Amino acid sequence: MTWETVVGLEVHCELATATKLFCGCPNAFGRQPNTNVCPVCLGLPGSLPVLNRQAVELAMRIGAALHCDVRRSIFARKNYFYPDMPKDYQVSQYDLPLNVGGHLDLPDGTRVGIERAHMEEDTGKTTHVHGGAGGAPGASGRIAGASYALVDYNRAGVPLVEIVSSPGIRSPEQARAYVAELRDVLVATGASDARMEEGSMRVDANVSVRRPGAALGTRAEIKNLNSVRSLVRAIAFEARRQADLLEAGGAVVQETRHWDEGEGRTSPLRSKEEAEDYRYFPEPDLVPLDPGEDWKAAVRAGLPVLPVERRAALAAAAGVDATDPDVAVVVGAGLDGLLTTALGAGVDARLALTRATNEVAGRGVEAAAVDAGAFASTLRLEQGGRLTATQSKQVLARVLSGGDPEAVAAELGFEALAGDTLAAAVDEAIAANPGEWARYRAGEEKLTGFFVGRVMAATRGKADGKAVTALLRQRRHA
Amino acid sequence: MAERLTRDDVLKVARLARLHLTEEEVERFTGQLAAVLEHAADLAALDLHDVPPTARPVPLVNVLRADEPRPCLDRDEVLAEAPAAEDGRFRVPPILGEAP
Amino acid sequence: MTAGATSRDPATASAIAADVRAGRRRAADVLDEHLAAIAAREPDVHAFNLVLGDQARSEAEAVDEAVAAGRDPGPLAGVPVAVKDNICTRGVATTCSSRILEGWRPPYDATVVTRLRRAGAVIVGKTNCDEFAMGSSTESSAFGPTRNPHDLTRVPGGSSGGSAAAVAAGFVPVALGSDTGGSIRQPASLCGVVGVKPTYGAVSRYGLVAYASSLDQVGPMAATVADAALVLDVIAGHDPADSTSIPGPRPGVAAALGEGVEGLRVGLVGELTSDAAPDVVARVAAAAAALESAGAKVEDASLPAATYGLAAYYLIAPAEASSNLARYDGVRYGLRVDGSDTDAMFAATRTAGFGPEVKRRIMLGTYALSAGYYDAYYGQAQRVRTLLIRDFEAAFERFDLLLAATSPTTAFPLGAKVDDPLAMYLMDVATIPANLAGIPAMSVPYGAGDDGLPVGVQVLAPALGESLMFRAAAVLERSRR
Repeated sequence: MTWETVVGLEVHCELATATKLFCGCPNAFGRQPNTNVCPVCLGLPGSLPVLNRQAVELAMRIGAALHCDVRRSIFARKNYFYPDMPKDYQVSQYDLPLNVGGHLDLPDGTRVGIERAHMEEDTGKTTHVHGGAGGAPGASGRIAGASYALVDYNRAGVPLVEIVSSPGIRSPEQARAYVAELRDVLVATGASDARMEEGSMRVDANVSVRRPGAALGTRAEIKNLNSVRSLVRAIAFEARRQADLLEAGGAVVQETRHWDEGEGRTSPLRSKEEAEDYRYFPEPDLVPLDPGEDWKAAVRAGLPVLPVERRAALAAAAGVDATDPDVAVVVGAGLDGLLTTALGAGVDARLALTRATNEVAGRGVEAAAVDAGAFASTLRLEQGGRLTATQSKQVLARVLSGGDPEAVAAELGFEALAGDTLAAAVDEAIAANPGEWARYRAGEEKLTGFFVGRVMAATRGKADGKAVTALLRQRRHA
Repeated sequence: MAERLTRDDVLKVARLARLHLTEEEVERFTGQLAAVLEHAADLAALDLHDVPPTARPVPLVNVLRADEPRPCLDRDEVLAEAPAAEDGRFRVPPILGEAP
Repeated sequence: MTAGATSRDPATASAIAADVRAGRRRAADVLDEHLAAIAAREPDVHAFNLVLGDQARSEAEAVDEAVAAGRDPGPLAGVPVAVKDNICTRGVATTCSSRILEGWRPPYDATVVTRLRRAGAVIVGKTNCDEFAMGSSTESSAFGPTRNPHDLTRVPGGSSGGSAAAVAAGFVPVALGSDTGGSIRQPASLCGVVGVKPTYGAVSRYGLVAYASSLDQVGPMAATVADAALVLDVIAGHDPADSTSIPGPRPGVAAALGEGVEGLRVGLVGELTSDAAPDVVARVAAAAAALESAGAKVEDASLPAATYGLAAYYLIAPAEASSNLARYDGVRYGLRVDGSDTDAMFAATRTAGFGPEVKRRIMLGTYALSAGYYDAYYGQAQRVRTLLIRDFEAAFERFDLLLAATSPTTAFPLGAKVDDPLAMYLMDVATIPANLAGIPAMSVPYGAGDDGLPVGVQVLAPALGESLMFRAAAVLERSRR
């Protein structure tokens, strides 16, 4: 009996504004602790928030790019006590968020619903310290067994957008694809640089399992996912943990669990006596946000071409399906222009896609560094039989940053094999292997490889496998 | 409609608000708060389902500011008021739970 | 100096400012006189948590230098001002009369303080108040109560009791208070001074330590209507640091003071007056008669939803307060009582640092917001608020101004209501509606009760109707001479 994994992701991304959400402190990383603060982001008695226009602009861009309904919204206070919270409440959005209902189309053609994307302020950062007074700050950093903690409010008040997906993700891999695609959208809109390792994008996963067709199961929330790899591993672990538990007759507890990357498991966080009651109510120090049709239209009009649109355009130009995996890789690596140049130069679409995927993106070559003309010329040579596949790849490795493919080919000793030289090599191989030739003529297709190998050896690798195969076929029917 | 405020309600609420109450205070507060809340019952009896709530009496919308940096506070002035500080940060006793 | 002084009295702010600006008096001498008055009676009255001797002296000297150098010293040049201790003054203790902020020195000035300083005022001290502005008698102050200068056995009212007493005792001609449910107007009435709650959003809240954010306002207290107008004109106006601040230029009220009330329609609000003590009701009736003599037409007015105002206020205000006061956790400033972990520290600090009234309101507010109760309590109270706003709108179709009692009684004895919170809350029944609706209201001293203690009457105006309100107040003030 199978279990279906059901995942919803909550992604927090830091907005790329110059200043914090409610005050003029710089939205900057890496300053000396508590030097990037003011009465407002420190929550000093008497301080008041004032909303950053650019943060709203970027949050609206996110909503528009995710096809959300952008609405009149209000801010709300989420009340709870924690040392990294200057006011012991967080200003967020609850009942009436800015962006509601949308979707994200993944490269494989699946679509994940977006429930909401709202604005909120970030908290400060705590460091848990072990050892006595004066113990090295950041020693271990684990909460358990710490002697005391230190708090830095530089990050408090940084603008965030929290993007909540529907529970429509069905596998760790789809979660990976969702996060990658979302990141690409965030970067394309300029809203965030969305780097998980740097903390400008944080992901929590809600995971449950169910029998196919059954109602949604109880979910657990997984936190402390610091990379996409952790996300994928944690979802897989948690789904299996829950399935095992249910099969053993147990029940899944709705709780928050902490992912331990080192041990490869989730474990429940210290349970509290009672669940938190956040006592949300409308933030009385702020007024409603109602962007209006003009602003919304301007945001929509200003959106860049999004990854899903780029994939569709490239696929159409190449005459392949929009969910083609190579198309996803090429667009993901920003190599659309490379492909367009190659297609325009008459390179076969599949060839161009394959080479771009494996020889450019696959080798981590930056899109901006690639000489599109050299790429196209090299593939034209391969296409015309002047270079074998192997040779083409070697030439590409040299000419991507600029160069003349013909010159490089000559340098590497890749002369074109003249047609009659090749035919002679094929005939020699046939003559030298009469038994195999008889079997090949009788229909043993797999002996094609045997003869190609013989010809390759005889020509010291200069033969083009496809041309050899064509000649063999010709001879067979002669 | 909610029933009369109980001792347990008061204890739960005190916990949420991070307040310790003595036994005497629990008794006294339960009585005093219940009396205030009884007046609130008059409100609950009103049928106001089609009356929108007013969150603040000023009809402003879209108060925004430009994304321009302003001067920050001097850290020494900030930490001078801190009950405990170390390495430029506020020092607190160990934190037992993760943030919600 | 006693209450009821005229604006030609040399002790008024208007007169002081005029004299200092003209070089007829030195700010430093004015300050010395007032510090002497403080020294003489402050031990009995306890209006102040802190008197600023040296700092005030440098401010006064700076004013005198400006005058000598021919620079404009500002419209409040040399005027000694007291500031309620829940308003931030940079580098100067701002305690909110609470142990939890004892000795806390803010690194910034409230906007209203900046504006006072720029106008040449000299800040003489921080006044006592109910803890975190929660109260109607100043008895919940952690530093001891303030006594009513008219009768030291009685309360000055609250929560701005210290500011009211400071003006009534002649320590300063003007003071700043804050008003959330009546905390400027009620003590003004009990101490026989003028107290003004502006339109919500007319005066910046940046730097006012928040009690209930959607109700709080800073306002002036003074011995004369003209002085209150002078200070209001200085502190009012849009502040970009306060998102709830009303944009646009604010016409001054001082200029229009003498325009009278000829032809104005005044509504006497039954729900806010008829339950007051008979001697208070009589003073309100006398005020109505005075307005009629001056050419206004006074009729009965009704605000049916006002009967629910008290209950709505005592859900909304504590709810917002419970959230606003969460930040006092011992981490960043103020009192810390250590614990084995942060949660323990939070609880130990707050338990030791807050007094019983503050704790009561925090718990009430937490309850009103908690899951399962939000709609019935906080949500319902916000709907009642809408009803009250509509009632005021309807009333202001028929009337230009409203008239009512300020406080149901004259000043009550110290200790009389401390054990009965509900009885204390009832002191706000006439003042709360203006806060819920966000409209301006002021208390004007209008004679005495049967016990000889001051009675104030309340004038209410539509939002941004301060000019009309002050015109009526000026007429009432004149009619007392």
